[in-house]
Amino acid sequence: MTYNFTVSPDFNPNHLSGWFIFNTWLQKAIGEGIHLELYDDFDSQRKGISEDKFDLIYANPYDASLLVRQKGFVPLVSPCNKSDEAIIAVRADSSVAAVEELMPGLRISSTDDPDVNMMCMIMLEPCDLNAENTVLHRSDTYVIVAKHLINNEADVGFFLEETYNELSNVIRSQLRPLVQSQIQIINHVLLVGPGLAHKREEMLEALLAMTDDEKGLGVLESLGFPRWIAVSQEDTEFMIDLMDTLED
Amino acid sequence: MVVDMSPDDLIGEHRKVLLTYHDGTVRQVLVTNVETPIPDGRLIVSRTDQKGIITHVNQSFVDMAGYSEEELVGAPHYILRHPDMPAAAFQMLWDTLREKKKWHGYVKNLRKDGGFYWVYATVIPNIRNGQLMGYTSVRRKPSRTKVREAEELYKTLSQG
Repeated sequence: MTYNFTVSPDFNPNHLSGWFIFNTWLQKAIGEGIHLELYDDFDSQRKGISEDKFDLIYANPYDASLLVRQKGFVPLVSPCNKSDEAIIAVRADSSVAAVEELMPGLRISSTDDPDVNMMCMIMLEPCDLNAENTVLHRSDTYVIVAKHLINNEADVGFFLEETYNELSNVIRSQLRPLVQSQIQIINHVLLVGPGLAHKREEMLEALLAMTDDEKGLGVLESLGFPRWIAVSQEDTEFMIDLMDTLED
Repeated sequence: MVVDMSPDDLIGEHRKVLLTYHDGTVRQVLVTNVETPIPDGRLIVSRTDQKGIITHVNQSFVDMAGYSEEELVGAPHYILRHPDMPAAAFQMLWDTLREKKKWHGYVKNLRKDGGFYWVYATVIPNIRNGQLMGYTSVRRKPSRTKVREAEELYKTLSQG
């Protein structure tokens, strides 16, 4: 039998091959066939989730709620030292120095990443900005968000912190972070579904032991973090509660 | 009467106020007019048990409250209650939570140094397998417009 694995579309494109390398490693580690399917956008992936297509998901915090509380997924691990943070950026030559200077009519460029958009809109609340008095332009990628900003097609851009920091020097030199979230307790989590849950303990052991050999370390490097850390059901339930509080 | 705030910890001129909490505890608090705004991007997170005793706090909570983590964990959440907050606001909070619903509101919190900070707070019950285990509270930086509206409202509730 072949199981199905997917990754939240907000992964850094630089790590695209890393997820295929990881999938190959995982199949060997647990002796099962796993097909990795990646998506360009969240809506397409969510359609697959709603059709119960997947047995293993590296999920963003926004989707974790549905997966854990409605689809019966259980947590395995999260990447170490890799919490989800968001940045609102302006052009480097912008006269705006603080969030409070932003005004209604603000033009925002963002992707369809729900976590980032939620965190960034929360950071705009102190200046009475919301979905009703701002103009949102959706972009497919963070690079395009950056370009909209640089080309003065938007006043601010919403970025996942990790992706912002990995933009090219040429692009980043034309931008400036205006505000950055410091939440520290929201992160992606690898979740296993009911169809593969019988392999949970074996997978957990293998994932945590990846740092024990060069091959595992190499795979982790291709993913962009040093190791996995185990995540309990309660850790995930707490994070889901937290996400719930951030939605009005 | 609980007297756990010390003038030595205060910043600015202060007044003494006696607070009586729902469990009958009477506490003397020391209150200044010094506001500490929440830094941009921070979320203040805490969890309590079913009785409102703090079980978890994040660093932003520690930083804003002015208490150490050791002082906060195990303390009742009302340690943060500012005398300018009307009892009616907290009554609405608990009425909502008893219905196992989410509560939102603008809250003025008391710091250990007698100062205060305003938050937009959200509290939800933590339900596990149908059982209430406690509450999670997340607070974020509020709009000043909303804070002014809340201050005016709370004045009328306190006078009512």
